[in-house]
Amino acid sequence: MEFTAPVLNYAQLAPILIVLGGALIGVLIEAFAPRASRHSSQLFITIASLVAAFAALVRVRNQASVDAAMGSVAFDGAGVLLQGSILIIALLSVFLIADQENFTALAAAVPGSSEERESLQRDLRVTEVYPLTLFAVAGMLLFPLSSDLITLFVALEMLSLPLYLMAGLSRRRRLMSQESALKYFLLGAFSSAFFLFGVAYLYGYSASITFAGIQSSVIGGSGNDVFLLLGIAFISVGLLFKVGAVPFHAWSPDVYQGAPTAVTGFMAAATKVAAFGAILRIYYVAFANAQWQWRPALILIAIVTMVFGSVVAIAQRDVKRMLAYSSIAHAGFLLAGVIALSKSGLDASLFYLFAYGIATVGAFGVVTLVRDSAGEVTDLNRWSGLGKRSPLVASVFAFFLLAFAGIPLTSGFIGKFSIFSAAYESGSTWILISGVLSSAIAAFFYIRVIVLMFFKDPVEDGTSVVIPSALTLTTIVVTSAITLLLGVFPAPLITFIESSAFFIR
Amino acid sequence: MTTSTSLVYLIALPLLGATVLLLAGRRSDKWGHLLATALSASSFGVGLYQLSQMLARPTEERAVTQKLFSWINVGTFNVDAGLLLDQLSICFVLLITGVGTLIHIYSISYMSHDENRRRFFAYLNLFIAAMLLLVLGDSYLNLYVGWEGVGLASYLLIGFWNQKPAYATASKKAFVMNRVGDMGLSFAIMIAFATLGTVSFSGVEEASHTASKAALTAIGIMLLVAATGKSAQFPLQAWLGDAMAGPTPVSALIHAATMVTAGVYLIVRSNFIFDAAPTAQLLVVIVGAITLTFGALVGTAKDDIKKALAASTMSQIGYMILGAGLGPAGYAFAIMHLLTHGFFKAGMFLGAGSVMHGMNDQVDMRRYGALRKFMPITFATFGLGYLAIIGVPPFAGFYSKDAIIETAFNAGGVKGILLGSTALLGAAITAFYMTRVMVLTFTSKQRWEDNQHPHESPLLMWAPMAILAVGSVTTGFLFTRGDALVHWLSPVVGEHAEGENLLLQPIVVSGLALLAVAIGVAIAIMKYQLSEVDAIAPHDVSVFTRIARKDLLQDSFNEAVFMRPGQALTSLLVKGDQNVVDGAVRGIGRTALGAGSVLRKTQTGFARSYAALILIGAIVLIAGIWVVTQ
Repeated sequence: MEFTAPVLNYAQLAPILIVLGGALIGVLIEAFAPRASRHSSQLFITIASLVAAFAALVRVRNQASVDAAMGSVAFDGAGVLLQGSILIIALLSVFLIADQENFTALAAAVPGSSEERESLQRDLRVTEVYPLTLFAVAGMLLFPLSSDLITLFVALEMLSLPLYLMAGLSRRRRLMSQESALKYFLLGAFSSAFFLFGVAYLYGYSASITFAGIQSSVIGGSGNDVFLLLGIAFISVGLLFKVGAVPFHAWSPDVYQGAPTAVTGFMAAATKVAAFGAILRIYYVAFANAQWQWRPALILIAIVTMVFGSVVAIAQRDVKRMLAYSSIAHAGFLLAGVIALSKSGLDASLFYLFAYGIATVGAFGVVTLVRDSAGEVTDLNRWSGLGKRSPLVASVFAFFLLAFAGIPLTSGFIGKFSIFSAAYESGSTWILISGVLSSAIAAFFYIRVIVLMFFKDPVEDGTSVVIPSALTLTTIVVTSAITLLLGVFPAPLITFIESSAFFIR
Repeated sequence: MTTSTSLVYLIALPLLGATVLLLAGRRSDKWGHLLATALSASSFGVGLYQLSQMLARPTEERAVTQKLFSWINVGTFNVDAGLLLDQLSICFVLLITGVGTLIHIYSISYMSHDENRRRFFAYLNLFIAAMLLLVLGDSYLNLYVGWEGVGLASYLLIGFWNQKPAYATASKKAFVMNRVGDMGLSFAIMIAFATLGTVSFSGVEEASHTASKAALTAIGIMLLVAATGKSAQFPLQAWLGDAMAGPTPVSALIHAATMVTAGVYLIVRSNFIFDAAPTAQLLVVIVGAITLTFGALVGTAKDDIKKALAASTMSQIGYMILGAGLGPAGYAFAIMHLLTHGFFKAGMFLGAGSVMHGMNDQVDMRRYGALRKFMPITFATFGLGYLAIIGVPPFAGFYSKDAIIETAFNAGGVKGILLGSTALLGAAITAFYMTRVMVLTFTSKQRWEDNQHPHESPLLMWAPMAILAVGSVTTGFLFTRGDALVHWLSPVVGEHAEGENLLLQPIVVSGLALLAVAIGVAIAIMKYQLSEVDAIAPHDVSVFTRIARKDLLQDSFNEAVFMRPGQALTSLLVKGDQNVVDGAVRGIGRTALGAGSVLRKTQTGFARSYAALILIGAIVLIAGIWVVTQ
């Protein structure tokens, strides 16, 4: 067997490679740099590599090729938009992660042990979170660009493994945090198995692992349809698990609650962009011609997801769990864009992903600010009257909630409007009806929180809003500004997406 | 058309004053009033400069425009924020800035003891800017912005002393009633846009030649509704009397000389619409005739000097509306009466303010009397205004009112006789109630307590009164000499058309009018000068007096016909909202909450049950795809 050296287009792969390089430098810093200097140098490396990756992406933004890495990576307009969104969201999340108050002193210490006490006394800092973040970001950048099933799987694991670890790094309620990390890992492994199973079936169906190969087999119609069916179903399980669609959502409330809030924000926003990017590509490219088989099932999942997420969110007493169910509902709304299977569906999904990701990072950023002496306060009852004590913070949070609810003058309205109209144009009336209904239900619990914050009397239990660090403040200001801007002047971004979003085949 | 770049300064200067005074806050307390007065005066200067430029140009090139910016640009619908200064608007510009500056000067002294004087001047400047925008806008939409701006300024100034609940209520009443009229204006704009496709004056004028009569009538009626609101005409007149709650200079400037005449401006400006829509035009004269009688009757019964003057304002604007409704024959006379009225009524209001200033803010005329000796200048200036309003030659009101009465008589047929007689009757009543005001205040026996020390007002107050008095004497003569104003306005409002067969010759009309005035004056003198006047209003009066004292039951009518049914409707809607809408919303919420509580039980916290859920999900998914495929 002859072995040829792979031909790589480094310019197009540069964003991924820069982030990976930054992560490796971060590992070296962990290994060799003195403890005292680690935090600042890690933060610098992380921010620098994200910015550099973005610059590298801007440089090649107009290029498109199927041959970025031997046919495994498709570089195109939609990919650039997704990568750009991920990098922006990641940068804003890193600003939140930089507030080390949320993270455990020593991840390896058993909760309650003398080792943990000692590490707390020595005021250690867990700086591993930075290279972990960069590894995850690299996986996320690769995920939506993957154009064969093996690369897709590698990227999936690349983004997942660091996230499992990061979920367990919470400083307080460590047992709960570690439990959630373990659950996330076990269920993630379980769903990855499904995914791999699906890969095998699709290979059996088409004798190819590339999206293009699968697509031509579907068009040709020569393969065994049972293999195709099982392949689509199993791959869907793996992917839908990542975005938290019902019934593969069960991990997300526990993990959202257990993970450090900054990590939750990053995970909720960036993972969703990456995973939906991959879903959009595989359904729009590889499975597009088999739509009669998967669309009805996906419509059902979308409807169940949006209704379930909205309904269960109402019964939540914890702000992070509430946001988790809200993100489940949003996964349902986003599936409407996948089902639309049209250019306008793609455009709307990309806009929605960016807008939702930004608002999510901002909302979790606000959550990190509400604390008492024992750390963050996530019990909603203790948020009552927050608007009277800290009107500004409560207003910003209310603004993000309105964006999630899709109220006009926020990015959420434009996003919901465009994604539902795209779904409707493609004939999915039921999606539209249940989408609007569950938006109404969702508005109920968002507005309930606003009522709680502004119209209830404050509780006197030491809950207070801390003064944010400069980086956290930057994140909150930037995210709320973008959310408002996209609500008022969405045209430039929409035009930009319309002119550049496409999937290369 | 000629363009200019300096029109915007007319508006920008007073707007700058309002902005600076409001933003600088207490820091500008020391000099704020001076700045505001100076800026108003500079705006007047710009107005004079524009007039001199305009006079230097030939008649057909006198109108100038200035495009400020492109405001709305949607498809075929384009509106520029543009200004138009022509022969009609220059009259208003000079009236607004000229009288406005005099009233600024007066207010420096009048408001000197008020700790919020700066805020008062800020609002005055805001008013001047908005009013100028109203008369300078080159489209109905731009006019509308100014229209709302003067409404706001009027609201703020009526309620300037809003620590008194009655005054705050008065400002609210004025605002709400004005909204009804404003809605008329917005409807007019919408109809114009929908049927003519344009809202600029020139565009609508052009389109009015070919547009359907129904559309033009609808626009005309809606414009009339707008005019009745802003100009306190029947049936939206009830707010003006209460608006006297504002400081007296405000009553003089806004509620006598300028803002309340905006309705007249609107109708004269829209002459092309009303000329093409006779039904709307007929409604205009009817509204004018009713209001001029209504106001005059109310005026006979008022003991509050400002409310008597307010009723008179309403009545005089009725004359202007009547004139404007008479078509090309009357437009110029309506404007002429508006301008002369601006002088004499503002002068009289300032006189009333001067009297109040000397009498510890007493407004009840039954507590006045014999003030002639104590306030000679006020007496003289007020007296000149009085002679002007009742229409004694050669004072200003004689020329302008006489012209309207004459035009009304010559409107043709029964209509002409009815309108002319109404106007004539109004003139008699005007003479009666104005003489009553004059006598009760200045010439009858002293009825005030001994602890009052009436005195003449300082120079800053009487100088503006004196200047306005000069205007009350001379303007009528100046405007009519050689039909100056009629010719001046004819490019805007059309050639002045006078009927061939006059029903009554001008000299006959003048004679009749003077006779009516003489009768009115005589009755008033007999009743108030030659007999005792009670210091407290008597209660055993006829039912007519009682009705007149209650403003001809206007408030009772509004309460019975609009307010109570409105309140009933509102409470019905609230009930409907609570039971039906909220009920449905709460129902959905409760259902969802219940469902949520049940569904959250699926979240057991055990990884094994989550994995089972995924497995079941996968099986269902496969089954689903299987079913669809088969």
